[in-house]
Amino acid sequence: MTRPALPALVSGTLFGAGLALGGMTDPARVRGFLDLFGAWDPTLAFVMGGAVLVMAIVWRAVPRMQTPWLAEAFHLPTRADLTPRLIGGAALFGIGWGIAGLCPGPGIAALVIEPGAAAIFVAAMLAGMALVRLFEAKSA
Amino acid sequence: MTLPGYPEAAPLAGLAGGVLIGLAAAVMLLGLGRIAGVSGIAAKAAGLGGSGIARSGAWTFVIGLPLGALVVSMLQGGIEARFASAPVLIVAGLLVGIGTRLGSGCTRGHGVCGVSRLSARSIVATLTFMAAGIATVAAMNALGMEVLR
Repeated sequence: MTRPALPALVSGTLFGAGLALGGMTDPARVRGFLDLFGAWDPTLAFVMGGAVLVMAIVWRAVPRMQTPWLAEAFHLPTRADLTPRLIGGAALFGIGWGIAGLCPGPGIAALVIEPGAAAIFVAAMLAGMALVRLFEAKSA
Repeated sequence: MTLPGYPEAAPLAGLAGGVLIGLAAAVMLLGLGRIAGVSGIAAKAAGLGGSGIARSGAWTFVIGLPLGALVVSMLQGGIEARFASAPVLIVAGLLVGIGTRLGSGCTRGHGVCGVSRLSARSIVATLTFMAAGIATVAAMNALGMEVLR
């Protein structure tokens, strides 16, 4: 295995387990969270809260580290500009998320829960990503 | 444990799942120095641009997602889930794919990694996709559209 493969596998497995344990691989639960004006299910807020709490602690350790444990350097986003593209993209994502109750992580993790439905979602998601790439290549 | 007023909620399982998701992001950040979200990693694995992680790492991460879900499913004796029909999944998947590439991230990259870092871009993106998701579900409910089977 090349160097990033094993830690990435550990990260992905922990992530998939966390999604399943927190109920996030069930679109009914995700849509229940988004149903703020109906039968609201706050579970997703606990999932998000737990994850943000752990990461908020982890971020405090980063400035004291010269390099990551298994790589030469940190590669962190530095952009701070709020663009129409960012907001428009996030809005489109949110609409898709609301329609089927799936975002990329749970969609891929659900391949072992309901393979047919998850595969259709993941294929369409990759097609959407390919469309953006195609359009960007043409306009560049 | 249940939450008073919200019989459907699973706060402890949610919190435990969230901690695992946070640890997953911590392994990526402390180990590989990256905050790579799922949408960026999936794009990278599929050869569609995406995050700067090496392709081997993108693939093993993507394989890990269902693997982790499978472990939990086996321990719990199955996972309850209801999905939408194929046409609905296609429309939703296209929007999620287009939106996450344009918006530079999804619930993990922006919602977990970016928000915990107090990134202005991530906080705005997270508020935007949450609001859009809430509005979408409210609109669909108002129109009597029940999509999950």
